[in-house]
Amino acid sequence: MPWEFQDHLPIYAQLMDTLKRRIITGRYLPGEKLPSVRELAAEAGINPNTVQRAFSELEREGLIYTQRATGKYVTDNADEIKAARQALAKTQVAGFLSNMQSLGYSVGDVIVLLQSFNESEEESSHADSGM
Amino acid sequence: MPILECNKLTKTYGGVTALDHIDLAIDPGRIVGLLGPNGSGKTTLIKLAAGLLQPTQGQILIDGKKPSPETNAVMSYLPERIALSQWMKVTQVLDFFCDFYRDFDRQAAEQMLAQLHIAPNQVLKQLSKGTKEKVQLILAMSRKAKLYLLDEPIGGVDPATRDYILHTILTNYNPDAAVVISTHLIGDVEQVLDEVVFLSRGQIALHDSCENIREQQGKSVDQLFREVFKCWEN
Repeated sequence: MPWEFQDHLPIYAQLMDTLKRRIITGRYLPGEKLPSVRELAAEAGINPNTVQRAFSELEREGLIYTQRATGKYVTDNADEIKAARQALAKTQVAGFLSNMQSLGYSVGDVIVLLQSFNESEEESSHADSGM
Repeated sequence: MPILECNKLTKTYGGVTALDHIDLAIDPGRIVGLLGPNGSGKTTLIKLAAGLLQPTQGQILIDGKKPSPETNAVMSYLPERIALSQWMKVTQVLDFFCDFYRDFDRQAAEQMLAQLHIAPNQVLKQLSKGTKEKVQLILAMSRKAKLYLLDEPIGGVDPATRDYILHTILTNYNPDAAVVISTHLIGDVEQVLDEVVFLSRGQIALHDSCENIREQQGKSVDQLFREVFKCWEN
């Protein structure tokens, strides 16, 4: 099955995002060989030149590197992966906050809400374990 | 050098202009969508490239040469209609292609037929319309050509087969070859395309890369097409 992509963003950027997630979550381990352009194009159902572009951008960002003649590999540098994880977390938070602001919540309101949400989650998990 | 080049290409049928001074260049390694509403000139352009029609004015070049038996040898054409003899068995059609085209990879064709559960000993007449279309596409994609001209390859088949066909195009991808796909099922193909050519009443309304369209317009090629070719005002 081809992957689903959103209409309003370039596909290479969405592919970069997916590959970053796979690296951050350890589906592709540090130092591991990545699928070839052809394999990934076939898996995702997208144009090979688009895959090539996503690879080039990730290489520029330092998350992957090319070993001549053998292919592309995930970086061994744990700091790079950590930084990518943090950057992704920040974009998630920014998106969440902007959604909350459109509902009329200030950042302070959101923090209060998150704390109470966290507490009620803990209570319910206690309740579950008490069963 | 572009593998397909049109210079002021014009084709008229009687008084009707099907293509009107088209300038177009397609480079090797590109998968190009030829998109446009019915009657916009897609099939005419493909038939001119395949050497089945003669230009009224201007010229069309394949690999730098005018369409001829020599260019036909490097060009794989999938017609819009079934163009195989109905009395033949699938294996006989394979024999036929082996005789006609030096670049035909019989093994690849047999493998794809097996993947789609098409029995090689069946006579074409016994096959459904969709299955015949699949056979024809397999034949076209099993050649190691420099230019593939696919006229509506996915129009007549079910969505699962559409996925298979697009997968086949991607796995056969060759950086030295170009693939031109005419279709109006844009949403289904746009992920596999490098660039699109919008034809509108015999003229090129737009020629751009799909990623540029998404990046600059913030919309998919499908959405853009619907806006450019909108048929009525709300």
